[in-house]
Amino acid sequence: MKYWKGIEELESTPEFMQSAFAEFMPVKESHESKDATSAPRRDFLKLMGFGVAAATLASCETPVRKAIPYLNKPEEIDPTISNFYASTYFTGADYNAVLVKSREGRPIKLEGNPESPITRGGLSARAQAAVLSLYDGGRLQHFAIKKGNAHEQVEMAALDREVRGKLAGTTGRIAIVSPTIISPSTKRAIAEFASRYPNTTHVMYDAQSVTGLLQANNGVVPGYDFGRANVIVSLGADFLGTWISPVEYARQYVRNRKVSSDKRSMSRHYQFETAMSLTGSNADVRVPVKPSEMGAVALALYNEIVGGGDASYKNAKLTQAANDLKAARGASLVVSGSNDPAVQTLVAAINQALGNVGTTVDLTAPSNLRQGDDARMAALVNDMNNGSVGAVIFYNANPVFNHPLGAKVKSGIAKVPLTISLNDRLDETGILCQYAAPDHHWLESWNDFEPKRGSLSLSQPVITPLFATRQAQESLLHWAGNTTTYYKYLRATWRALTPNDAAWDKVVHDGVATGTALPAAPAMMTAALSPAAAISQISSAPKPSGNAVELALYEKVGIGAGGCEANNPFLQELPDPVSKATWGNYVAVPRKMAVDNKWEQGDVVKVTANGYSVELPVLVQPGQTNGTVSIALGYGRTLAGKAGDQVGANAAPLAMATANGIAYNNVVTLTKTDATSPIAQTQTHHTLMDRKPVVQENSLANYIKNPKEVTEYEKIATPDGLEKPNKVSLWQDYQYNNHHWGMAVDLNSCIGCGSCVIGCQTENNIAVVGKQQVINRREMHWMRIDRYYSSAAHKTDFDEKGKVSTYAAMEDPSENPQVIFQPMMCQQCNHAPCETVCPVLATTHSSEGLNQMTYNRCIGTRYCANNCPYKVRRFNWFSYYSNEKFETVNGHMFTDLGRMVLNPDVTVRARGVMEKCTFCVQRIQLGKLEAKKQKRRPVDGEIVSACAQSCPTEAIVFGDMRDPNSRISQLLRREDGERAFHSLDSINVQPNVTYLTKIRNAESEFFGKENA
Amino acid sequence: MNSNRLRSLPQLLLALLLTFAGAQQAVAQASAAAEVKTNGVDPGATAGATAANATAPAAAPAGGDAAAIAAGDALFKGNCAQCHAVNEQVVGPALGGITKRRPISWLIPWIKNSSKVVASGDEYAVALYNKFNKQQMPSFALSDKEITSIVAYITSEEGKATAVAGAGPTAGNAAATDGKTDGAAGAAEGAGKYVDILLIVLVVVLIVLVVTLVIIGNLMKDVLRGRKDLDGRDVEILEQRFDWGKFYRSPVMRGIVGTVFALVLLYEGVQSVMAVGLTQGYQPTQPIAFSHKLHAGEHQINCAYCHTSVYKAKSANIPSANICMNCHSQIKTESPEIKKIYRAIERKQPIQWVRVHNLPDLAYFNHSQHTQVAGLQCQTCHGPIQNMEVVYQYSALTMGWCINCHREMPINSKDNKYYDNLVKLHDTKNAGAPFTVSSNGGTECSKCHY
Repeated sequence: MKYWKGIEELESTPEFMQSAFAEFMPVKESHESKDATSAPRRDFLKLMGFGVAAATLASCETPVRKAIPYLNKPEEIDPTISNFYASTYFTGADYNAVLVKSREGRPIKLEGNPESPITRGGLSARAQAAVLSLYDGGRLQHFAIKKGNAHEQVEMAALDREVRGKLAGTTGRIAIVSPTIISPSTKRAIAEFASRYPNTTHVMYDAQSVTGLLQANNGVVPGYDFGRANVIVSLGADFLGTWISPVEYARQYVRNRKVSSDKRSMSRHYQFETAMSLTGSNADVRVPVKPSEMGAVALALYNEIVGGGDASYKNAKLTQAANDLKAARGASLVVSGSNDPAVQTLVAAINQALGNVGTTVDLTAPSNLRQGDDARMAALVNDMNNGSVGAVIFYNANPVFNHPLGAKVKSGIAKVPLTISLNDRLDETGILCQYAAPDHHWLESWNDFEPKRGSLSLSQPVITPLFATRQAQESLLHWAGNTTTYYKYLRATWRALTPNDAAWDKVVHDGVATGTALPAAPAMMTAALSPAAAISQISSAPKPSGNAVELALYEKVGIGAGGCEANNPFLQELPDPVSKATWGNYVAVPRKMAVDNKWEQGDVVKVTANGYSVELPVLVQPGQTNGTVSIALGYGRTLAGKAGDQVGANAAPLAMATANGIAYNNVVTLTKTDATSPIAQTQTHHTLMDRKPVVQENSLANYIKNPKEVTEYEKIATPDGLEKPNKVSLWQDYQYNNHHWGMAVDLNSCIGCGSCVIGCQTENNIAVVGKQQVINRREMHWMRIDRYYSSAAHKTDFDEKGKVSTYAAMEDPSENPQVIFQPMMCQQCNHAPCETVCPVLATTHSSEGLNQMTYNRCIGTRYCANNCPYKVRRFNWFSYYSNEKFETVNGHMFTDLGRMVLNPDVTVRARGVMEKCTFCVQRIQLGKLEAKKQKRRPVDGEIVSACAQSCPTEAIVFGDMRDPNSRISQLLRREDGERAFHSLDSINVQPNVTYLTKIRNAESEFFGKENA
Repeated sequence: MNSNRLRSLPQLLLALLLTFAGAQQAVAQASAAAEVKTNGVDPGATAGATAANATAPAAAPAGGDAAAIAAGDALFKGNCAQCHAVNEQVVGPALGGITKRRPISWLIPWIKNSSKVVASGDEYAVALYNKFNKQQMPSFALSDKEITSIVAYITSEEGKATAVAGAGPTAGNAAATDGKTDGAAGAAEGAGKYVDILLIVLVVVLIVLVVTLVIIGNLMKDVLRGRKDLDGRDVEILEQRFDWGKFYRSPVMRGIVGTVFALVLLYEGVQSVMAVGLTQGYQPTQPIAFSHKLHAGEHQINCAYCHTSVYKAKSANIPSANICMNCHSQIKTESPEIKKIYRAIERKQPIQWVRVHNLPDLAYFNHSQHTQVAGLQCQTCHGPIQNMEVVYQYSALTMGWCINCHREMPINSKDNKYYDNLVKLHDTKNAGAPFTVSSNGGTECSKCHY
């Protein structure tokens, strides 16, 4: 099998070969014009003279530093001790129950709340990064009224007076526009507002709408359990990355994907999709289909399982999927990401027919995470434009940017007499509104949530509001004449659930509770379809001609469809799990289209539909369906803030929006422009090549046969015959008396979501470097997730299928490759090559198995990075905290406000030093100290690295290998000789990180390329 | 003759210089010895106090159990001493003779929850409450046994504490020799004075001897010159003059002087370069003239009473103004320094103390590791803090200083299950060698740098 990280590598282009094996890419620094290229010698001497004098003067006196204690120390706060508070992250897209780590009263890190029955301690990359958005300087810091073209600061009371007066005088409809709200108390506050102003309607819309799904299921999103399904068929639903509740689903999904020699079974996952999504890259069988074919696929599946549909779409894998589904009645699951109610009706009917309702599909405890009704929103946009709306309030909603009818929303706002924005900043929508009453950040607010019927959670303020903002619910209540605080209001909602203070305190402490408080979902505007009607609708749908290029719009794992996290540089720099692109969106095209049109990666093309066009660079994406292109939503913000503005282009207007719904696909025309725009991709950085077992995988069939045969262990020739590489060594082995820290990464559980990457970044104060430095291969992430494409080229193929046909198959392997993810961080080698080459002993081995990096000793020779076989060392090229070049991307390290997010237990590294993963040594030290203080040994699970803690699928296990009862010791004992292997074992560096071979549950004939 | 006298002057000066250098060294040694003496003293306890305590058990009444008294001593200092003294009214009443005033059966509920007793309408309690301006005594979660031991301690202390209070300051003063503040009195000073007098006497004797010798030499020369029976050789010897010019110009002399000069220059250079960034002895003026000598030394307030997190956190915690107010809402309310605290509270402006100990950001230091786990005294690093009127940086706080201690200090592994196996492993492998911090990896880079 051949692994490759990108098309460049597969094709071995000269550019790639030039830089593939170099640890550092030679970069020509471009100087800005003001930066005089040749400083005159006299100036240099003058400056040097001044510098020496200044340094001498400065060194005469030690600067006076102040120690400022609290005036009145809060009882629960002890400086330098972290407190944890339970809270909830939900910004209209993914839901995460979190624990907020707070130091001296400022939140510095979010961690998953293990008490939550929904997310069970996992955390998405977005939630990991969300703590940074609290300190976002781009937030609006006061109430404001628009005077002329600018918003002027006003007192809250003044704004309240004006708004209340105008609301009372409003004659037409009053609309509150928001994304999905799952807060019972917020809904109650909106209802109270509506009872004071009876013309009020509340319109919810989702940036990535699932109205079709809601319509097919009586207005709710069914509760899914991917863990109980043995066969999963997804029609374009990216349920591991972005669809509805990815952390919850990923957790369930992986439960039935973990294997051991005692449990040699796992679910089989079919994915029919257009763009290569995170979910598709994890599927056992992936079939590329065009967006316009999705209806036909659903129909064909319906035909196979229920019967009665037209079966014009034919594909051997579809038949196989249908057969597998039928064989697993009651333990299978079909989901669809389509927003077409007809497709969703058929999917619901298929699940019904398979007997999945009650097992994998739970209609009694539906999810509340999506409630947006496209038809209501479309009607409101029309009403705004025809002047029948008297007032509109935008509550954390930015439809001008993220709704496909954004332009009409914009023209509509101009016609509404009273416009109010409760958004946290003057964004694309807020800037158009007359009044701005910014909401608190969620870390500054009380709120409640009901993500799933019967499961509640709370959020609580963990910091005094940083700016002169007010909680949106309180604003609404004030305008409705209720001056109570929202906290009291919330308590009133919870009176029935928590009758006394003790019960309430317990809920605040735990963060989660059972019970239901949300009113029933309102009826959908459009009635549900019968399966027969759905069939005829799909059959009669207009088919684009075969030559037309179809566009599929998708949501990125990092940024999200709504773009509300766009100003978060952590997420902008998080590489896309599949394309590994950072900082911006692009047109993902299949390789065939690029070759046919002679497009090179980075060529800018113009994509036109609905009379709107965007210009974006081309990215050749293996696995992209032929005849289609894909663009990510959520990019191209213009008023997000320093980091998020002008990154990519807004693709939302390219969607098909009709009165009844939105389809996230369209037929587009592509024209090449003369411009080029490089894409900051990390995929071929740090390439590992020609070393065979970097990453290993095998099939479930082989695993069932013999678990001891699935992993290839390299042997080396010695005078005594073939031996394990560690039998021959120049070095003496270390002895670990106390602890021996180790990590195991189960490649079968890793879905590549990137949560660990952001967890590591927030924990370790890792700098954001910006697009140009990523292009220069200088990203600082200590942990990366390597994504390899692989194409089947078995040695046996030559004998079985004949040489000619095998070579022919190998010629074009990138059409629908398989994908494997491998988290890669410092392997903490016991015989570390980096340690032996450091001339100043800045990297040394500890008595606990850690490969220590001492920044204050490092002089930056970079020998260690050159000698690292895993390419995990990062050189700090610039003062990312003070060099003005990085102020837009790494701004949080430049201001007192932003610096509050930094972890005070980890140094901010200076320019010119090497840095790398430390196994979160600060957490190890803290855990050991706590144990020593309590005069005991550390308990397994008490000391966890940030990546292991963040992982929603528990793919990473961290612990003490000296403790025979620790999880990692047990795992390694169990998997030794079966799935456990070290990456690059033959070079005998003896890593402390162990990987477990990935097992795929696919029939062998479906490996690799197949006629789509 | 005149010239002869002058010629001997350099020799005289050299001799004087040498004597003084010797004297200085002796003084330095004496003060170092005194410093060692002050190390290892309990936080807040002065030498005088320990001496007084040591006599306490002997004077204890027949019923007093020494162990109970010792336990009571610790409990009293930890819980009661902030507001009560045994023989003196502080915030609360003097506790001497408490057993005569109230029965133990009354004291136990009172200490556990005084407001409950007041609320119950107990006559004595209400009277006491009103007498002390309705200032409530906080409740203490102490067991009956603990309360009994506190009472035992109080009984044992009755009548003596005045002696302690009287002896404390002077004894404290006697122990104070920090080598920093000039004219530091005390034991070392006593020793120093003796040495000084001896040295002065010796120097005077030496000067007298030298002068006498020179005079005798000159007199003899004069006598000889007066004699006529000297031959040429004798005259030559008599009139022989030491050729200083030749001596100065001799290459050997030049070489020696040059080398010494170069060495001194090099030594001083290295010393001053090594001292860059070192702030040992740094003693800034603080915004409020808070005296550790008064609080920790004379009043023996436990360090952890104000530095609340010293046993549990990385930072020892600079006390917040509300901790000051625990006592100073009652005590010394008219002092201009205390009024600064009131002003800070009124204006809601925290007090901006000047930081004395500035460890660089790249080094991680955790107080609790050293106090709670290792069981070190505060004075080990902070010096005789109980004698400092104004706090100064006592230790060098350099990496070498840290590492040295880690190399030499045996781990406090007693009764700590964390170390049990490690101690066994260490002992089987290195019989006899102490199990030091560094032998457990305590000098590895990432123990402090990350």
